[in-house]
Amino acid sequence: MADLSFVRTELVPQKTPPASEVGVIGWMRANLFSSIGNSILTLLTLYCIYLVLASILPWAISPTWGAASLTECRGILHELGREGHFSGACWGVIRDRWTQLLFGFYPSELYWRPILAFILLGVALAPVLFDGVTKKLLLLTAVYPFLCFWLIWGGSIWLPISIILGFVFAIVIYGIVSKATSTLLGAIVAIVTPIIWWLFLAAPFGNLMQSFIPLGIEAVQSDKIGGFMLAILIGLTGIFLSLPMGIVLALGRQSDLPILKGVCVAFIEFIRGVPLITLLFVASTLLNYFLPPGTSFDLVLRVMIMVTLFAAAYMAEVVRGGLAALPKGQYEAADSLGLDYWQAQRLIIMPQALKISIPGIVSTFIGLFKDTTLVGIVGLLDPLALSTNIRADMAWNGILWELYGFIALIFFIFCFAMSRYSMYLERKLATGH
Amino acid sequence: MATAKKLEVSDEVAIQISKMNKWYGSFHVLRDIDLTVNRGERIVIAGPSGSGKSTLIRCINALEEHQEGSITVDGTLLSSDLKNIDTIRSEVGMCFQHFNLFPHLTILENCMLAPVWVRKTPQKEARETAMHFLEKVKIPEQADKFPGQLSGGQQQRVAIARSLCMKPRIMLFDEPTSALDPEMIKEVLDTMVELAEEGMTMLCVTHEMGFAREVANRVIFMDEGQIVEQNEPEEFFDNPKHERTKLFLSQILGH
Repeated sequence: MADLSFVRTELVPQKTPPASEVGVIGWMRANLFSSIGNSILTLLTLYCIYLVLASILPWAISPTWGAASLTECRGILHELGREGHFSGACWGVIRDRWTQLLFGFYPSELYWRPILAFILLGVALAPVLFDGVTKKLLLLTAVYPFLCFWLIWGGSIWLPISIILGFVFAIVIYGIVSKATSTLLGAIVAIVTPIIWWLFLAAPFGNLMQSFIPLGIEAVQSDKIGGFMLAILIGLTGIFLSLPMGIVLALGRQSDLPILKGVCVAFIEFIRGVPLITLLFVASTLLNYFLPPGTSFDLVLRVMIMVTLFAAAYMAEVVRGGLAALPKGQYEAADSLGLDYWQAQRLIIMPQALKISIPGIVSTFIGLFKDTTLVGIVGLLDPLALSTNIRADMAWNGILWELYGFIALIFFIFCFAMSRYSMYLERKLATGH
Repeated sequence: MATAKKLEVSDEVAIQISKMNKWYGSFHVLRDIDLTVNRGERIVIAGPSGSGKSTLIRCINALEEHQEGSITVDGTLLSSDLKNIDTIRSEVGMCFQHFNLFPHLTILENCMLAPVWVRKTPQKEARETAMHFLEKVKIPEQADKFPGQLSGGQQQRVAIARSLCMKPRIMLFDEPTSALDPEMIKEVLDTMVELAEEGMTMLCVTHEMGFAREVANRVIFMDEGQIVEQNEPEEFFDNPKHERTKLFLSQILGH
């Protein structure tokens, strides 16, 4: 029998990998041509990509930017000797109508207002999205929603101020009542008071102040607002309101209180079980019946509420998935340290559950943003509804791919940006476990 | 190791459990538990799996609810009143089998969290306390890492430090070494011994019989939800009385 005893006397040193494993050649060998089957697949895929590009690029590269009508486009292409149905794109329509696709029928002399709102959006979002931005900007972030709505709809500045006052009341009242009695009573009073204020007192107060000190900018009616401005307005409102609502619903669904749980489950299941289009019809026709008589809500606002509720139901389930993925030990550790329910949720549970849910949350956001094109059904001028509008014009009658392509491109830019940001966020929050 | 035993146990009662019963559904997990723990006592609870030993110590800080009988911790009666529960939890530290560190926070943040939010300790002071206890468990240099970057033994020592940062008067250990590699068990046990030497009241559910023999001043043996036998470690190991205890000891010490 051979001798089984072995004792290592010196360690094997680390060596560099062979040349075929590193560099461009190594990468291609490993990733593109690792076997005969894979090599064939690589070549086939390259050929498919070539086919797609070879049919799109000659059409897309077309010197028709200056054309003022479809007939003029065809003339330009004819002079170049390019004939046939897909001889070339007619980009003149984009140059002619891009402002309409972006702003709808918003008065062109007031374009600076939505543009300013959009620039301020970037500034307001910066401290939320990225580290290393001064946290003082958060003050702007808090005021931004009101500023944005005021800039776009215009009118008296006293209305947004009286709405902000509602929030100020809520905070002040909560501070006083919760100290004097209990936290729960404080919370209830702090929720009820601003609702009463907004429903019955905010508008008269705004009008009263306006009659004393008239301060305002030209008002723009809702039916003038359209295009990507409308899509972004509805999308962003939905995104920023549905996440907190979804979290509350998900927590409600996990609650031990049977009535609270039942209400949350019923809400989630009902909203998820109904197509968004149905909810939009409810918004455009039925919602007014549920509100106190005399209040007339703007259609855009009603649609925003419905889109938010719709997204919140989905968000609740996404967040619940994240909550379910957390080990029970995290709750127990938080409990055993003496953290109360809300502290545990805020400091331990939610940061982890939301991190797990990032891909699902962003998917819901992207879905929500694309769903804003459905508002065309109830008569709002989303980009797609506008494209129908543009094609009804004699000059552009018959144009199709250029408009849809442009709309698709803009949607893609926004959605891709969201997707990239979510990946950045996942990397940033990774803590090596 | 043996120094811990010489410490005096005071007459002051830290935990008083009387006639405590608990059911999971219709399953009677804990039956008529009577247990008095004096301040400074170091108790090891042993027993086969499913005997209710973890459930017993989890009832003490209300991670599990008991249905009958009473538990009094440091003079506070454990009831369904959330205020009492929070008071008890902030006085009682707990270490889990799977550490349960918060993976999204650094080691230092893990240790500072409860003092800052529950005790309202100022940040600076909480940081000093945290570093003090991290030094005590001998890993101050890991303070800025995340739990996922540490070994199991290091994570368990952080978990002990995290509990100590709340300055608890009682520590509960729920199988603290069961999920660890053999090489790491010793570093955690050493930390626990050190804690015992300082007079901490400790209740440990563990299978480390060497630790029980050297550190505990009482060993409790549980089976089928009841306390079957309890005694000083020498008596318990060398001269077990109950048949079930003898069987258990022969099985875990026999190999």
